[in-house]
Amino acid sequence: MMNILLAGVGGQGTVLASKLLAQAAMEQGWKARTAETIGMAQRGGCVVSHVRIGDDVYSPLIPHGTADVILGFEPAEAVRCLPYLKHGGTVVAAKKAMKPVTASLSGVDYESESMLDFLKRHTGRVIIVDTEEICAQCGSAKVLNVALLGAAIGSGALAFSLEQMQQTIRQRVPERYLVMNQKALSLGAQTAQQQMELE
Amino acid sequence: MLKEQLLMGNEAIGLGALHAGVGFVAGYPGTPSTEILETVAKHKGKGVYVEWSVNEKAALEAAAGAAYAGVRSMVTMKQVGLNVASDPLMSLTYVGIKSGMVVVVADDPGPISSQTEQDTRRFAEFAKLPVFDPSSPEEAYQMIGDAFALSEQLGTPVLLRPTTRICHGCVSLPIEECPVGPVAAGFVKDTSRWVIFPKLTYQNHQKIEARNEKLRETFSTYRLNRLEGSGKKGIAAGGVSYAYTKEALQLLEKEPRLLKISTPHPFPETLALSFLDGLEEVLVLEELDPVIERELTYLCGKHHLNVTIKGKLTGDVPNAGELSVEIVKERIERYLGLISSMPVSLPDLPSLPVRPPVLCAGCPHRASFYAVKQAMKGKKAVFSGDIGCYTLGNAAPLDMVDTCLCMGAGITIAQGLHRVEPDAVNFAFVGDSTFFASGLTGVVNAVYNDADIVLIVLDNSTTAMTGHQPHPGTGKTMMGEFTQKVSIPKMLEAAGVSFIRRVNPLDLVSAIQAVQEAASVRGVSAVIFESPCVALIKPETVHMVAPQACIGCSRCVRELGCPALTMENKKAKIEPDMCYGCTLCAQVCPVDAIRKEEKRA
Repeated sequence: MMNILLAGVGGQGTVLASKLLAQAAMEQGWKARTAETIGMAQRGGCVVSHVRIGDDVYSPLIPHGTADVILGFEPAEAVRCLPYLKHGGTVVAAKKAMKPVTASLSGVDYESESMLDFLKRHTGRVIIVDTEEICAQCGSAKVLNVALLGAAIGSGALAFSLEQMQQTIRQRVPERYLVMNQKALSLGAQTAQQQMELE
Repeated sequence: MLKEQLLMGNEAIGLGALHAGVGFVAGYPGTPSTEILETVAKHKGKGVYVEWSVNEKAALEAAAGAAYAGVRSMVTMKQVGLNVASDPLMSLTYVGIKSGMVVVVADDPGPISSQTEQDTRRFAEFAKLPVFDPSSPEEAYQMIGDAFALSEQLGTPVLLRPTTRICHGCVSLPIEECPVGPVAAGFVKDTSRWVIFPKLTYQNHQKIEARNEKLRETFSTYRLNRLEGSGKKGIAAGGVSYAYTKEALQLLEKEPRLLKISTPHPFPETLALSFLDGLEEVLVLEELDPVIERELTYLCGKHHLNVTIKGKLTGDVPNAGELSVEIVKERIERYLGLISSMPVSLPDLPSLPVRPPVLCAGCPHRASFYAVKQAMKGKKAVFSGDIGCYTLGNAAPLDMVDTCLCMGAGITIAQGLHRVEPDAVNFAFVGDSTFFASGLTGVVNAVYNDADIVLIVLDNSTTAMTGHQPHPGTGKTMMGEFTQKVSIPKMLEAAGVSFIRRVNPLDLVSAIQAVQEAASVRGVSAVIFESPCVALIKPETVHMVAPQACIGCSRCVRELGCPALTMENKKAKIEPDMCYGCTLCAQVCPVDAIRKEEKRA
């Protein structure tokens, strides 16, 4: 059984990423379950997608302390979801913070760095992805989700190969967005591999 | 041919209905039910009709008509929609239908995206109708077919009640291709059957009670109701709580006697009695109301059984909000007297940003609220809101929603407020889809009773919150056809609203002026703010802050609360990927520091 939690802000593309993960799992012949945040929270609120792979899965939601991987689309959202992570699990987090309107208004601000430091101090493995840079190279902010998937695969935390995910992307992503998504996946994977070599 | 597909619970229900030969589907969008009807529209074959109705009452009545005429029909809505549709449903119980008719009502424990935590299983009991309660998307797929068959066999509408986690959970599911096309028998006139009169109601009431008594037997052998495990301490669960229970028991490596209830009404009595036989105690795990718990308590009394039933009524299970594997596991540990497994030790999390949902960057509602706020500066005014994206206008810094109750209520609440406090200007905000769904009666009430209110229609040409469904004002139907647009200003005019002004809210000066004029008119006046939802348009020119011109006053950030605007190094900054070029911030900037920039391709 494998549990993957995707945490982000409404509009960042967590739903497509969870679909790609589930689809890739199904292509390996595994059973997949996902649960999505749909509704009011999609308007810039916290969103969480749960992906559960394996046969003996009943609950659509991942129980606390059992996620193998957390994909944090935003550093503070990754921290918020840490109670889901199992001991020794992996966190793959985007570097860039999405400041909520409340932070701009109240002046109670937070820095991406402090969130990432917290992740590093309190989890076994953390891969930090400069998604802003990858998105710029691919020419679209919308490939953030696929860049994170690439990093997760590159870290070896997921049970898929890069080639398997490329194939799923070919099937699920419209033709005109294909090249940028394939590029984002590769760049994400490279980031993870580079960070692991440094460790 | 069976093909494994990743399907959302709502998609499974929609496809299951098509495979059961549904021919007429109507509904009103509402989270978490919306995707059911959209799936039908996307995959329907020849001879299947589908519509977004003006509201749930219209949908249910239209579907009843179709079922009278011998076509299998389905109605979809969220739980509060059933309140709107309850008038026809309560009567339809007594009249019945000819072809199978399933009413799908999605409940929302939590609630995650709703006003209430009402329980449709309870409603089924109140309406004396059978209800199916799936514990997974795959069961929802099986049950929709079972529900149609039962409905047709008994000549009664049947409810299917998934909850949010079933509706929005996806699972890999083998799906049959080649749906059966609908067959229509045609309407056969018979006033003794289709015209409700007190005598008919009395006669059918007796039949319904007898039928439901029999169903308690029938459902005892229904394949999705079952008994598992063994022991003196039992657990009963239904819906997604059954899934949580299974997973918790797996983690605890326990297999107590477990009763799974998929048809909470009529309650499968014989099955429940064999479950209770020899038990000392039962813990009932269910969300929303204690429906299973009450049934089991009742059965213990009826059959003089010495079994203690524990649940919400005894304080052993939370009586509000969602359940989860964590909650269920902890309650089972306590119930079975197990030593609680230590939760994963985690350091205290640092203080995290609060992230409530907000109006999107470029949302025209922000401009509309801001214009009204500016127009009423220094005046006593109350702002009654309504259901939709624009409920988010309540948040700081706009703070423009003083009340919100249910669909269409803003218009009528404003009337009541004004009678008591006539010195305040009373505004009622309503979206375009909500206006058609249930706003019009409030407007007629205001004109007829000589109320003094300002109606603000926020017309963004779509039903935005639920994912952009067409409505009577859009000129498009779910059959993909173009149709006549129903005009909001013409309807207001016909109702007798004397002052009606249409204005683009993104033109701030004109917008403020229109509101000021409307507020100065006695009686019912209306401003219709017309600007499409940003999800429907392509951003052309984003805006940027010229750093040398920005004086860092932060007025744009403080007054508008746009998620694309932040302060960085004491200067305003616009996130280019989020900006739609609505120009509102440029109009608010006191030094013209916000300017157009060509959007990169």
